[in-house]
Amino acid sequence: MAEVNWTALIIFVLLFAFITWLGFAAAHWRKGDLDQLHEWGLGGRRFGTIITWFLIGGDVYTAYTFIAVPALAFGAGAIAFFAVPYAILIYPILFIFFPRLWQVCHKHNYITSGDFVRGRYGNRWLALAVTVTGIVATMPYIALQLVGLQVVIGAMGVSGSGYAADLPLLIAFIILAAFTYSSGLRAPASIAIVKDILIYLTAFVAVIVVPIQLGGFAKIFAAVPPAKLLLAVPGPHTTGSYTGYATLVLGSALALFLYPHSITGILSASSGRAVRRNAAMLPAYTFMLGLLALMGFFAIASGVGSLPEYAAGFKEFKNNFAVPALFLHSFPSWFVGIAFAAVGIGALVPAAIMSIAAANLYTRNIHREFINKNPTDKQEAQMAKWVSLIVKLGALIFIIFLPLQYAINLQLLGGILIIQTLPAVMLGVYTRWFNDWALLIGWAVGTVAGCSMFVSANLTPTYVLVVGGLSIPGYAALYTVILNLIVVIVLTPVFNAMSSKVFDETAAADYLA
Amino acid sequence: MNQQTEKRSGWSWWYLLFLIQFILLLWVPFYNSAEPSWAGVPFFYWYQMLWVIISAVLIAIVYVATDD
Repeated sequence: MAEVNWTALIIFVLLFAFITWLGFAAAHWRKGDLDQLHEWGLGGRRFGTIITWFLIGGDVYTAYTFIAVPALAFGAGAIAFFAVPYAILIYPILFIFFPRLWQVCHKHNYITSGDFVRGRYGNRWLALAVTVTGIVATMPYIALQLVGLQVVIGAMGVSGSGYAADLPLLIAFIILAAFTYSSGLRAPASIAIVKDILIYLTAFVAVIVVPIQLGGFAKIFAAVPPAKLLLAVPGPHTTGSYTGYATLVLGSALALFLYPHSITGILSASSGRAVRRNAAMLPAYTFMLGLLALMGFFAIASGVGSLPEYAAGFKEFKNNFAVPALFLHSFPSWFVGIAFAAVGIGALVPAAIMSIAAANLYTRNIHREFINKNPTDKQEAQMAKWVSLIVKLGALIFIIFLPLQYAINLQLLGGILIIQTLPAVMLGVYTRWFNDWALLIGWAVGTVAGCSMFVSANLTPTYVLVVGGLSIPGYAALYTVILNLIVVIVLTPVFNAMSSKVFDETAAADYLA
Repeated sequence: MNQQTEKRSGWSWWYLLFLIQFILLLWVPFYNSAEPSWAGVPFFYWYQMLWVIISAVLIAIVYVATDD
């Protein structure tokens, strides 16, 4: 790689130093007793509309998104824009289902989706299935956040040989682990504000400056090869890219708010109303996501892919280097520092929330349920703090010692896994009709079918369903959650016929404001 | 059941308004074209970006209609 870009690096380090201070200072913000799990792990459920906006925004629009979506546009073209309709359709789903989840969780002091399932259905094994799914789906997601960090550190010319090469990543992670441990969810909530200001600044400057440099949008789109500009029109006997695109959009949208880190963000809001308001306000981020996706095309038009000074970066990071190369090519060094810091800090916020969410799940639904049934508040909070460290350490080891492709594959599989909790969690906020054992079997069938589709499609999430000579490529998550639901609906009357006892510690009124 | 409990049951028919965006965004053949382009931006791109704004407005309408 080229020489170290000192100006960019100094600005990057200064901004990192600032958010480190902020992360620790956050412990005193809206001060609560951090020896209680709902204070450490949910920020005391005190975040109003605005802070929730930053927090969920920091959760959904991660550093990996900022690198990977434009990289996909750069490499594969139009398909990358699926991120936009996906990030539109998540909000009606948020609006309809999740304020009810907030209400019932607030009423019963539930901290995780596992807590809710345990209380709603009284079945610890179903709660365990939801919990394990959540943790397994989150782990590779945390690892991928580090990729964003790795790419921008590499792009500033910081490199070394052997394990020294991973030193900057290690430092960033120690910072992350320390402030998460000491401040809990308050740390990413406060840092998310800084992150968003930097990301917005970068996105708007880029979307104005780069097209001016390249001679306008018409020229940029003209530079994109026609095959990449639109989705391929399907041939005979197949629905081709059309169902591929639509199912990816719908399946991803249904899965998103089932992720533990999304639920943690939602439950930390101060009211169900704050959640509903956010469903109307969060699309502002989606607009920015669309602008960022277009940067993949800016990178094509600017020709950075064939410039010798970026060849080493593309060799090491593949298409993920497209946006960093574009920034290096188009901006002065000081602004490169700001833009890269935005991406780097954008990695720390979701990584912190994800590790807190996984820690909450382990503490509440595995440790408390199966190991130590009556912990004191302090023991419980302490356990979660330790688990958050272990989870992050696992992600770090993953990214340093295993090929990047493993993390990417597992994250794709994660979407297929997490969507299997949809009947129990999302539909569960509206109905208690489903039988808990039927839900568990449906989950198992969906999970096994999803994994087999993923493997048979050579570790990709698009499975080709063949119905009477017509091939329908689609997102395996959507196919398998439909299968899951059918199993649940068929088996519910069967189980109900065997036993008429229905456990439910929640009441209909608990779901209402 | 009186009017009050009915209203607070959590489900609102206003939610059906959201169906519009699901249909118009999931029916891909409808917008997978370059024309009509707008200021050099192909239809495929500006159509989906426009929906970001429309969907936010739809959610705001439903929020106001169901907030009591």
